[in-house]
Amino acid sequence: MQWESISDFFAMGGYGLYVWGSYSVTALCVVIELVDLRKNR
Amino acid sequence: MATFFFLVAAILTVWGLYIGFFVAPTDFQQGESYRIIFIHVPAAWMSMLIYLVMSFWAAIGLIMNTRLSSMMAHALAPTGALMTFVALWTGAFWGRPTWGAWWVWDARLTSELILLFLYIGYMALRASIEDPRRGDRASAILALVGVVNVPIIYFSVQWWNTLHQGASVSLTKSPTMATSMLTGMLVMALAFWMYSIAVSLMRVRRIIRDREGNATWLSESSGVQ
Repeated sequence: MQWESISDFFAMGGYGLYVWGSYSVTALCVVIELVDLRKNR
Repeated sequence: MATFFFLVAAILTVWGLYIGFFVAPTDFQQGESYRIIFIHVPAAWMSMLIYLVMSFWAAIGLIMNTRLSSMMAHALAPTGALMTFVALWTGAFWGRPTWGAWWVWDARLTSELILLFLYIGYMALRASIEDPRRGDRASAILALVGVVNVPIIYFSVQWWNTLHQGASVSLTKSPTMATSMLTGMLVMALAFWMYSIAVSLMRVRRIIRDREGNATWLSESSGVQ
C-alpha cells in the first residue's frame, strides 16, 4: 500500500489531475455507451 | 450471454484496479502518473484488436454474402471507436506530465488518430447508405482498406523514431516492468476484452432486431426480443 491517507490517494503524488482526468473520462465513455444501448433496446 | 460477460468484466475491473492502485508500486521515473497505463494500454490493444475482428467479419460478409457477419462488424465499430478515443485521451493525460505536451505528431499517435477516423468513417458510411446490404458492402471495403493501418500502429515504434516509447510487453521477449504492474495491466486488458464482447453482443442483438424484425425465425426464437 502506497497511500498514507485518502487525500494522499486522491492527490496521486501531484498527478491527480492527469490520473483522475483519464479514469473519469474512461468511466464516462463506458456509462454513455451503456445508457445508449439501454435506451435503444 | 451478454450478462455473463458483463459480470466477468466487472469482477476483472475491480481486481485489476485493486492491483493497479493498491498493489503496484510507485514508478521510480514517472511517479504516480504511470497508473494511467492500466487503462491506456488495454484500451490501445482493444482498439487494434476490435478493428481486426471487425474487418474479419466485414470480409466474411463481403465474400460469403452473409448478413449476420456484416451485422457483427457493424456492432463492433462503436466500441472500437470508444477504445481508440480512450487510448488517445488517456495518452494525452499521460503525455502532458511526462513529455510536457498533450499531443505530438508522432507516428504512433498519428496512426492511432487515423484509426479513430477509420472507425468514424466506417460508421458514417454505413449510416449514410439506405439499403443495408449496399451499406454492408461499401463499409466492408472501407474497413478492409483501413486494416493496413493496424500493423502501422503496432510497428510504428520500431519503424520510426517515435517519442512514444517502445513496447514493454511483447510476445518475443520478457516484459520490462514490475510483475504487479504487468499483472494489473493484463487483468485490465482482459476486463476490457470481456466488456467489448458484452456490449458488442448487446448491440448486434439490437441490430438483428432492427433489420430482421419482420422475419419469422426471429419471432419464433426466444433469444431475441
